[in-house]
Amino acid sequence: MAQTASPVPGPATGEPALEAIGITKRYGSTTALDQVQLVVDEGDSHALVGRNGAGKSTLVQIVTGLQAADEGVVRFSGRTAPSLTDRDGWRRSVACVYQHSTIIPSLSVAENLFINRQPARAGGLINWRATRSDAQHLLDSWDIAVHADSPAGDLSVEQRQLVEIARALSGGARLIILDEPTAQLDSRGIERLFQRLRDLQARGVSMLFISHHLQEIYEVCQTVTVFRDARHIVTTPVAELSKSELIDAMTGEARIATQTAERTSEAREGTPALRLTSLTQAGAYDDVSLSVQPGEVVGLTGGASSGRLAVAETVVGLRRADSGSVEVAGVPTGKGVPAALDAGIGFVPRDRRHEGFVPLLGVAENATMSIAARLGRGGFINLHDRDERARKMISDLAVKASGPHQPVGSLSGGNQQKVVMGRALANDPQVLVLMHPTAGVDVRSKETLLGVVDDVRRRGTAVVIVSDELEDLYPCDRVLVMFQGRITNEFASGWSERDLIAAIEGVEHDHV
Amino acid sequence: MTMSETVAPTGRGSQTPHEHAASTSRGPRLRLAQLRDLALLPAIGLILLVGSFVDPYFLTKTNLVNVLQQQSEISLLVLGQVLVMIAGKLDLSLESTVGLAPGIAVWLILPTSRFHGQGLELPGFWALPIAFGVGILIGAINGLLMVRFKLSGFIVTLGMLITLRGLLNGISKGQTFFGLPSSMTYLGTATWLGLPASVWISLSLFAIGIVFMRYHRVGRALYAIGGNQDAAKAAGIRVDRIVWCTLITASLLAALAGVLLAGRLASVAASSGNGWIFTVFAAAVIGGVSLNGGKGTVFGAFCGVLLLFLVQNVLTLAGVPAEWINFLNGSIILGALVVSRIASGQEQE
Repeated sequence: MAQTASPVPGPATGEPALEAIGITKRYGSTTALDQVQLVVDEGDSHALVGRNGAGKSTLVQIVTGLQAADEGVVRFSGRTAPSLTDRDGWRRSVACVYQHSTIIPSLSVAENLFINRQPARAGGLINWRATRSDAQHLLDSWDIAVHADSPAGDLSVEQRQLVEIARALSGGARLIILDEPTAQLDSRGIERLFQRLRDLQARGVSMLFISHHLQEIYEVCQTVTVFRDARHIVTTPVAELSKSELIDAMTGEARIATQTAERTSEAREGTPALRLTSLTQAGAYDDVSLSVQPGEVVGLTGGASSGRLAVAETVVGLRRADSGSVEVAGVPTGKGVPAALDAGIGFVPRDRRHEGFVPLLGVAENATMSIAARLGRGGFINLHDRDERARKMISDLAVKASGPHQPVGSLSGGNQQKVVMGRALANDPQVLVLMHPTAGVDVRSKETLLGVVDDVRRRGTAVVIVSDELEDLYPCDRVLVMFQGRITNEFASGWSERDLIAAIEGVEHDHV
Repeated sequence: MTMSETVAPTGRGSQTPHEHAASTSRGPRLRLAQLRDLALLPAIGLILLVGSFVDPYFLTKTNLVNVLQQQSEISLLVLGQVLVMIAGKLDLSLESTVGLAPGIAVWLILPTSRFHGQGLELPGFWALPIAFGVGILIGAINGLLMVRFKLSGFIVTLGMLITLRGLLNGISKGQTFFGLPSSMTYLGTATWLGLPASVWISLSLFAIGIVFMRYHRVGRALYAIGGNQDAAKAAGIRVDRIVWCTLITASLLAALAGVLLAGRLASVAASSGNGWIFTVFAAAVIGGVSLNGGKGTVFGAFCGVLLLFLVQNVLTLAGVPAEWINFLNGSIILGALVVSRIASGQEQE
């Protein structure tokens, strides 16, 4: 096995670097991939795009040997892919830089590069001198200005990523898959990464590039493949596809014309229910100002690292801003979640399993957790009152539960989310913040959950919906789009899906 | 192209950032781990100094060899525990293995009548193979439950700690085994080249441990597993197998410690090894081994255990009443943790 990769890969074979043909993958009743195909030509820089759930990550897992496809073939440079257990074989065929770092911070860079394949002396003992010099040679050959002896934990995000790229390519692979490589980089880091990717390509490395930012694809890729709803939609040279055509391919022809219905606003005059002033948190969002009237529904959306969730979490007290203020009805909120609850903010957190409920506790206890102090005196909870409230919530939100004591962990996803919504509403909030309110929820529950929004706005509650799902944004009076930490666009109700998606993906939309 | 950033220096403020010059600046750099490794040496030096003032006897060869011998058994547990901890697990049951491994062996060898043996009366040379076999078996059971069935390591080994202690109590009827066969007492009593055999054994196993963890792929794999198990798997490391083997090795070392202790005391008490595990963890953590895995060295842990025993020795020589030793021990452990937290600047979790 090659201890040090040659920076210049072996001779060209003329075969495509990667062929994945007729790939189907099912998980139970859902089809993650349906007869899709993806062919990356040798030396090509190929983009794979699609909205969430289009099947991109499943395909990456299949072509990197982490999962087997139910049907279809995968070939690298004309050779059939190795078996799942042959990790070395996969490493020689394809290199992957995952979204999440696979660097071990407590070890040195050199050791990370040669993990489990350190050059050894005759006795089986590791030759550290050779490991270090091989590592340095590898780093130098890719022009990575990192010292092989540095602890990997001290590297910047950008350096860590370059080390991962070098490690991935050192296995001898000539095809590299980059899964959202720019998600954690700032714009200068992205520019340097792109320069490096172009260098790699010039040296004959083929690339499969997965990104949510369409703009990036135009910068580094020659070919693009679009997936939608687990199917292959189109593969074409990037130059021959305008941005609007690309968005059409991602969203589907039928939806292009969709103009969401205009709605009558229930917003009331007077002091804003919620006002954010120049809210800034380094690395997350920058100078965000926004005001929501009582009864108004505002949507906040954006790409994966746009900062929309960070803003919402700051409003509800889960995060703290570096500067700027959050006011509810003209009064600044204090620090932390208890202060936010006191100020009259109710919220559905981004991940219900993580922050939304305690699975082993019952519906009633979960739904009243935020208002336990109001349910009795001296810290004791009046269980009868609590269960009464829970029964009302169960019927209001149509929760399918056997009663107030059923553990929330045993409910379906949609009903769990209703309980979380119940908790958010328990303190009769003036401001309701919903993060991904319908994620992983069935259609009926979706209706109920979004129906809540219509109820509360009539009562004068201000609602902020943070979501990537366009359907979640239908009930909004206006939708704000964040891009790289700033609010970049605002759409009044009646927005067109295409314009919104273009704004989310950071494309200056060319009107066709 | 070049990157505009300089390479992050490794030290804590001791090195000035310099222009990167990627390949040329390969001078001698003290790596963080090495610095951390040597962190306890000043403390040990200080104790040696204080000890020499307290009592001139302290620095004599007899006394220092005595300290090394006293710590030899527990240090083997520390060695085993450190391997397990670096891999991100922990094994509480080691202290019970110390008593049970030699306990089972002598139980099967000693006659029923006077020595309440089991009655099988196996020949004496079986003592060591049985003791080591018991150690391996215990490690294998720990591995089965933790690796194969994915049970929580803390609870599994806590359960094993109680079960194994109870088993030793059961077979010994709560009493102490005397009249051990000579094969059992040899290692704990022999003198090789002027030093007790147990000192040689403990020092050489630590030396092997240091080399293995630094220079062997499997040793480095333990760091990788403890540092980021998924990354280790993705790098082709056989995580389950290696963790399992590590648990067996740790139990085997505990069995060896038990044999040395049995030999030195010429007996196996039902409470043999009882309460050791706290000292073991204290020594490991003082020595810089992280409870979260992936960090620490065998050498650091050795310094940790040596420091603890030197301090104890000084206290005894200073005439501190035996009833107060535990209080002082605990305070010293806490103090040492605070000092190493400040010295390393890292959270210990």
